[in-house]
Amino acid sequence: MKLHIFTVYVEDQPGVLNRVASLFRRRGFNIQSLSVGHSETAGVSRMTVVVETDEGGAARIKAHVYKLINVVRVEDITDRPSVVRDLALIKVSANHQNRAAVMQLASVFHARVVDVAPESLVVEMVGSEAKIDGLLEVLQPYGVLEMVRTGRVAMARGSGAGVAAGRGAFLPDAEEGVSYSV
Amino acid sequence: MKRTGAQILWECLVREGVTEVFGYPGGAILPAYDAMLDFPIRHTLVRHEQGATHMADGYARASGKVGVAIATSGPGATNMVTGIATAMLDSSPIVCITGQVGSRLIGTDAFQEIDITGITLPVTKHNYLVTSAQEVARTVREAFMIAKSGRPGPVLIDITKDAQQASCEFDWDAAAPVVPGWREAPPLAPAELARAAELIKHAERPVILAGHGVTISGAEQALRAFAERAHIPIAATLLGIGGFPASHPLNLGMMGMHGEAWVNLAIQEADLLIACGMRFDDRVTGNLKTYAPNAKKIHIEIDPSEINKNVKVDVALVADLRVVLERLLPVTDASDHKAWFDRIAAYKGDSAVRDIQSLPDDGHLYAAHVINDLWRATRSQDTIVVTDVGQHQMWEAQYYHHDEPRSLITSGGLGTMGFAVPAAIGAKRARPEAEVWAVVGDGGFQMTMCELATAVQDGINIKVAIINNGYLGMVRQWQEFFYERRYAATPLSGPDFVKLGEAFGIRSRGVAKRADVLPAIADATAHEGPVVIDFRVEQEDTVYPMVPAGADLHAMIRRPNPIVETAAD
Repeated sequence: MKLHIFTVYVEDQPGVLNRVASLFRRRGFNIQSLSVGHSETAGVSRMTVVVETDEGGAARIKAHVYKLINVVRVEDITDRPSVVRDLALIKVSANHQNRAAVMQLASVFHARVVDVAPESLVVEMVGSEAKIDGLLEVLQPYGVLEMVRTGRVAMARGSGAGVAAGRGAFLPDAEEGVSYSV
Repeated sequence: MKRTGAQILWECLVREGVTEVFGYPGGAILPAYDAMLDFPIRHTLVRHEQGATHMADGYARASGKVGVAIATSGPGATNMVTGIATAMLDSSPIVCITGQVGSRLIGTDAFQEIDITGITLPVTKHNYLVTSAQEVARTVREAFMIAKSGRPGPVLIDITKDAQQASCEFDWDAAAPVVPGWREAPPLAPAELARAAELIKHAERPVILAGHGVTISGAEQALRAFAERAHIPIAATLLGIGGFPASHPLNLGMMGMHGEAWVNLAIQEADLLIACGMRFDDRVTGNLKTYAPNAKKIHIEIDPSEINKNVKVDVALVADLRVVLERLLPVTDASDHKAWFDRIAAYKGDSAVRDIQSLPDDGHLYAAHVINDLWRATRSQDTIVVTDVGQHQMWEAQYYHHDEPRSLITSGGLGTMGFAVPAAIGAKRARPEAEVWAVVGDGGFQMTMCELATAVQDGINIKVAIINNGYLGMVRQWQEFFYERRYAATPLSGPDFVKLGEAFGIRSRGVAKRADVLPAIADATAHEGPVVIDFRVEQEDTVYPMVPAGADLHAMIRRPNPIVETAAD
C-alpha cells in the first residue's frame, strides 16, 4: 500500500466531478486528496487524485476511471519523475510581540505572508505536502486559527503527455497492450 | 425543418432501429407520449415501471438489440432503478428515457422532481440530463452507441419537459456522437496471444469457462471451433448457458455455487483455465484462496477493469472475445485430452446416481421434474425460458438443457426477483415466433404478477410456470443449512394462482402430480394466448450440490446418500 497519484483529464461538463468521485467511493477506494481545475485545453478539466492503494488496486482504478464516458485520459504518475505541489493558506495568531518571529519562520520555509491583521496573519505556502506539514508544525505553538489546502496537484516532468482535445486523439497506452474502449 | 424535442426523440429512436418500447406515461413525459403516436413505434403499457425496464432487458437479451423503456419523472423514474441495476450487472444494453420537470424547476423540489441522473449514476454505463431540444438528437445517438458497444450496459436519458416541447432544427448527420474519451479497440498484443497459445499447447487438464461474453460478442461458433480443435471441455457460468450447446460432447454444464459437482471438481483440478467473457464472480469461484490452485489462467475479456479484479491471471487478452478466439484458432494445434475427459467422466458417473432424476416417482412433484419435463416438451421447438431468481432458477440451469444462444434469460449478477414475467414479455416482443416460458417461484411471481395484465391487454403470448413451494425457497434452504432450520419469514402464502390467472382472463390450471405435467405443458403450448400453470411442488426441496458462500469450490454439499440408496437403478 502506498499513495498513488493519478492525473485524470475529463470533459468539462456538469456532474463529471461527481462521476469520478462516486466511482472511487463505489469501488471502495478512499480519496486522500482531489483537486480539479482547467487544463491546457479548452473544454477539458484536469484532476489530480491521490489514493492509498496497492499496485493491483491502482491498475483497477485506472481501468475503472477509463470506463467513465467523460474521462479522456488517465495516468498513474506515482513512479514517474513528477512535480507535486500543495498550496496552503494558514492563518496564524500573531500580535505585535511575536509577529516578527512568525514571519521569520515563514521565510525559512519560503512561504509568503499575504495578509497582516492586528491579531493574526495569513501565510501562503506552495510546496510538497511534507514541507507544508513542517511549516504547520512550527506554527502550531503560536496558534493556527484556520487552514485551507488545495490537496496535491501533480505533473510529470519532461516533455510528452499533455492532452489535446478532439475525438480519437487519445490513443491507448501501447505498452500496456490493452484497450479501453467503452 | 423545425421539430420539437419530443419529435426528435422518436425520429432518432426510429433511426436507431427501435420498433418496440415499454413504458408508462406521466406528466413530465406527456409531450413525448403525444409525439409517439406519429411514429412507427409499438408501445407496451406496463403496470409498473420496473416491469418496463425488465421488458426492455428481456427484449435486449432475446434479440441482441437495444431495449427501450420510458417513464415519467419522480416515482416513474425511481421505479426503474432495480431494472437498470439488473441490466448493469448483466451487461444488457437498454436505453431508459425519463421525463423531467421543466429545466427552470430543477432543484426546487417541484412536484415529481427527482435527481434520477444522480440516483442512477452508479448503476448505468452512462446517463444524461437533457435540458434543451438541441441536445436531444446527439444524446440519443450517443446513448445507443454507448449502450451496445464494448461491454454493453444501460444508459439513461432524463429529458426535461421544456426540452421535449421546444422546437429546433433537426439534422441527424450533424448530431453524430461526440465522445472525446472514446477509444477504438487497438489490435491484440501479438506477444500476449503467443503466450496464450503456448499455455494452451502445453495444458493437460484445460477447462474453458464460458460466460455471458460468448453470446454478447457473437462468439458461439468461434468458441466451438476453438474448443473442438484444442479438445477442451467447456464449463458455463449461469449467463454463459446457451453460448455452447448443452448436448455437445465437450459441454460440462454449469459451474459454481450450484454447478454440477464434476464441473467444479474439473475446475479445481485443471492446469489451465481459459476464461471467455466471464468475470470470476464470487458465485462461481467460491473461496478465491483455494480456487483452481494448480491452474494457469488466461482471461479473454473486453472490459480491462475485470482483469485481476478477483482472480490473478497469467495472460490477459483484452479485446472482443470472438476476435480473440478467431485469432487463437490458427495458432492452436489439434489436441486430444482423452485422459482428462475420462477423469471428469468418472466424477460425472458418481453424480448421476445421486441425481434427482434417478428417484422413483414417490407421488410428490419435484421442481426438477417439472423443469426437466418442460425441457423434454419444448426442446424441439424455438423456445426461450426466462427465469426468476432462486431455487427454480438453479434447477432450470441444471435440468433444462439449452442448445441455443439466447434461449435462457435470467438475472444473474443482481439476482432480481420479479424479473421473469416482465422479461418474458420483453423477450416475446423481440422474438414473437419463439415460445416464451417464464419459470418463476411463487415469491418472485408475486412481486411483478401485475404484468400479467400487460400480457393480456397487449396480447403477448407468454406461458408462466409457477414453481410453487409455499416458501421463499432459496432463503429457506440457507436457513436449513446455516440457521438450524429457523425459518424466519420464509413461509409464504399466496392467492389461488389459478383463480388469479383466470381473473386476468388467462387460461390457468394447477398441477400437483408428475403425470399431469406434460399434458399441462402441451395444453399451454397449443393455446394461442398467455397461460399460467401453478405447479405445486415439494415444499422443502433443496438444490444440490451447493457450495456454501465463501467455501472452497470443491467443498460442496451433496445430495445425501440415503436417497442414493433408494434410487431405482
